[in-house]
Amino acid sequence: MEWFENGWGLSLIVFLPLIGAGVLLAIPKANEALQKQTALLFAGASFVLSVVLAFAFDFGEAGIQLGTRLDWIPAINSSYHIGIDGISLPLVVLSTFITLLAIIYSWEHWPEPHNPKAFLILMLILATGMTGTFVALDLILFFVFFEVVLLPMYFMIGIWGDRNEITVPVFNIKTQMRLYASIKFFLFTLFGSAFMLLGFLALYFRGGRTFDMLELAANGAEGMLGSGLAFWVFAALALGFAVKVPMFPFHTWLPDAHTAAPTVGSVLLAAILLKLGTYAFVRIAIPILPDQSQNWAPAIGILAVIGIIYASLACLAQTDMKRLIAFSSVGHMGFVMLGIATMTPIGINAAIIGMVAHGVITGLLFFLAGSMSHRYHTREMARLGGNQKLMPIMGAILGFTAMASLGLPGLAGFWGEFMALLSAFSPAEGLSTTLFRTLMVIGAVGTVLAAGYLLWMLQKVNFGEPKDEWAGHEFHDVDKWEMAAWAPMIAVTIAIGIFPRLVFGATNDSVVELVTNAFRGLG
Amino acid sequence: MIDYHALAPEILLTTTVMAVLVVDMLPVRKYWTAVVGLLGLFVTVIPVLTLGFCESLDFCEATGVRTMFGESYVVDTFSLVLKGLFIGSAFVALLLSVGYLESDRFWQGEFYFLMLASVLGAVVMASSRDLVTMFVGLELVTGPTFLMAGWRKGDARSNEAALKYFIIGVLSAAVLLFGMSLVYGVTGELTFTGIRQASVGVLDGDLGGLFIIGVLFTLLGFAFKVSAVPFHFWTPDTYEGSPTPVTAYLSVVSKTAGFVGLLAICYLAFAEVATLWGAGLWILAALSMTVGNLIALRQTNVVRLLGYSSIAQGGFILVPFGAAIAANASGADLEEAFFATVTYLLIYAFMNLGAFAVVIAVGNRLRSAEIDDWSGLFNYSPALAGMLGLFFFSLAGIPPLAGWFAKFVMFRSVLAVGNTWATALAVIAVVNSVIAFYYYSKVVISAFMRPVPDHVPAAELRHYKTAPSLQFALVLTAIGVILIGIFPTLVAEIGEATRTFASGF
Repeated sequence: MEWFENGWGLSLIVFLPLIGAGVLLAIPKANEALQKQTALLFAGASFVLSVVLAFAFDFGEAGIQLGTRLDWIPAINSSYHIGIDGISLPLVVLSTFITLLAIIYSWEHWPEPHNPKAFLILMLILATGMTGTFVALDLILFFVFFEVVLLPMYFMIGIWGDRNEITVPVFNIKTQMRLYASIKFFLFTLFGSAFMLLGFLALYFRGGRTFDMLELAANGAEGMLGSGLAFWVFAALALGFAVKVPMFPFHTWLPDAHTAAPTVGSVLLAAILLKLGTYAFVRIAIPILPDQSQNWAPAIGILAVIGIIYASLACLAQTDMKRLIAFSSVGHMGFVMLGIATMTPIGINAAIIGMVAHGVITGLLFFLAGSMSHRYHTREMARLGGNQKLMPIMGAILGFTAMASLGLPGLAGFWGEFMALLSAFSPAEGLSTTLFRTLMVIGAVGTVLAAGYLLWMLQKVNFGEPKDEWAGHEFHDVDKWEMAAWAPMIAVTIAIGIFPRLVFGATNDSVVELVTNAFRGLG
Repeated sequence: MIDYHALAPEILLTTTVMAVLVVDMLPVRKYWTAVVGLLGLFVTVIPVLTLGFCESLDFCEATGVRTMFGESYVVDTFSLVLKGLFIGSAFVALLLSVGYLESDRFWQGEFYFLMLASVLGAVVMASSRDLVTMFVGLELVTGPTFLMAGWRKGDARSNEAALKYFIIGVLSAAVLLFGMSLVYGVTGELTFTGIRQASVGVLDGDLGGLFIIGVLFTLLGFAFKVSAVPFHFWTPDTYEGSPTPVTAYLSVVSKTAGFVGLLAICYLAFAEVATLWGAGLWILAALSMTVGNLIALRQTNVVRLLGYSSIAQGGFILVPFGAAIAANASGADLEEAFFATVTYLLIYAFMNLGAFAVVIAVGNRLRSAEIDDWSGLFNYSPALAGMLGLFFFSLAGIPPLAGWFAKFVMFRSVLAVGNTWATALAVIAVVNSVIAFYYYSKVVISAFMRPVPDHVPAAELRHYKTAPSLQFALVLTAIGVILIGIFPTLVAEIGEATRTFASGF
């Protein structure tokens, strides 16, 4: 297995889906069965390898492992440097896992206009971009993977998205939802990431002419980047990451994109794409610019909590089920960002388990919303009542997932929220305890609101008597492909809820080391 | 003693130009003139390669930089790289022309003769190191293109394009020549190295002001050639009216030739006044990007959109020059800027030629370049739609397509200086690259996400075959865009090799 541990394993996990996309290109458009099998094969292989990776992973070792470093663009000192530690391992597994399930779910659920070949190709390219971002240890490599995800998602939303006519605010143009949402998604992210690239370049020139994250982190901890400029560099990076997360007030693309995207697109967007931003905060911003992270932490904490409250209130105002779930994502990512803002090991651990839990739970919620709107042809909650009676299994899964999402102890969602609040009680040295304790209290109110809107949704959608308009309709409850995609997610939600060490066991050592390394120079 | 090896590309190209004329007179199909032209270009690349890899070849006597004719004509890495670029781009532009000219009753032999003569001018420019040779080279590039722009004789818009281009071309030549004469007048030198040495004394003397005016007029002359705002107004009309392959040629070969002149003159002759041209080109860069992009947003015709896009791209290419605005810019910083410009030009050639190849291929099917008519292209011609997305998103600079690296080195060159003005230019460029995405995506949205309009016979178009020469051009550029995007080091190494050109600072 030596080849596997030399970075080949990791590279295969990242690039197998891309190779799969290339193979798919060669398959004739009419042969849909072969297309699906090929996609499943490559995504499956990538997932299996990521599980093997988890077994090959040395949990006693906090640093980077299983990676490699090869020449890539010597002219600009950028290299193909990949590797994982406890922070990236759960996210790598998460993204291969969700991609595989998304392909299984798609088997019999193709959004209009039906074109499985193109759809699968995009999904596989997306998978490469996502896993690549989590393993890249070179800023330029990171940037490329970070951007690779944009195009497939753009096409997914734009071609297979929601066809309802809307009027674009401000410009007063009539267009279809999918066209508006896709370009909005792209422009927001591109704007952020262009500034992020400027930030990377500034790091390069001020941080010892290297794009290597580990070298930069070492230089950063020694205070090499402690100038006035660093303040703006952090701002540029944070802008890029915050748009992706998305943090309030850069979140406005999210409800549109999630609502307009086809089911699988929403799932991948919520479950993985949002994590790229939060992961970048942990992997890049904190270790490389620790003192600036601390300067900005109060602002990030405040925005995070505003996001939590704002999203909860916005959820209560929604009539569209999918849009409600989209807004709930903003709130959950607020908890993740609050954890990160405390700059403590507990907070960052909370952030990572929060990311994994949100990925699984909200991913499942979007699957459910997609399947239900596929059957009812509407997402209006007012028309959906009594779902529990029409589709008992679907209703039960929805109830379970809503409970998980509101942070019920014993399920995965609990740990992220609870520990983020816990960490805000005693933030890192140098941060205002008063401020963070205030944030903690407001965040706690947010959890109550979250319970409120999720239960409200459940009540509207699941409970009560079915509406008259559905009388005489025969509804097909959960089918086998849906079950195959959802059962593993439910299992993971329970497993992490009962046994959070599944995630913490991997993350804790790495997080502690990251925080210690970053802040040892500050004292 | 003349170094024939060093001059072999020019000699072979001249022979090809003649050969095309001869074949045109023979009683064979006109098609063969194009074949001879393509073969000639292919053969011309060989001496460029042997000169470039001279050190590792047995038969080649490695002499380093080959200087000829009293320092007027130099064959160094920079000139070889640019010669390769010109010949390669002309090869693709010729491929684009073949199907186009065959499709209607166009004069063919004359066309290829003119195009190849123009390429010869560009190749001469890459090596010229004095004012006169540079000017003659530049005029040889532009002269034939005036005629090529009006090749669709029956079309009023093509006539308008040619006339507009001709008048502006003559005007800019006059401005350029005026600037050059001032520079020559105060320094008494024609070669770039001579001008640089003499300019030190001139700047301290009474005629320093006149020298600066000469520099500004020279820059102005080139600004017309590279269609930098506010000297761009001829571009959209000429691009739209000319036959599309000619537009492709103008936007790549002719434009790059302008940049080559600018690079050589700025970095060699005017090295002592780097802050001056830095400031001038800073302004042109900022204006070109912003104005080009903003007007492009409103376009409804793909060719016109690409015209404005090439103005904006020209602005991006000028950005690294703007780095010289910082008085504290070190020699290494200017080398970095030089590297960025050359690398950008290399990548730009691939993606812009590719974009025009798609425009020609789709234009053949639809007889229209209106964005709305292109709706639903993905439904009946998925491969072509895919190519369209590839090239347009590459122009927008989205990884993993080649354009990202061009943008990246461009940002890098200005941030390396780290001065406020340079950083401000970087921020302007960032905002512009986001704006640019919007209009590139407009075409892609139309092709991928909108339904086929009623008047487009999609069912028939499904079986339409692209001309083989055009297919070849598409595949060539597409492979370039993808490979360079994933392994940017392919062009970065070439750009690196030219870096020493700017080492005089």
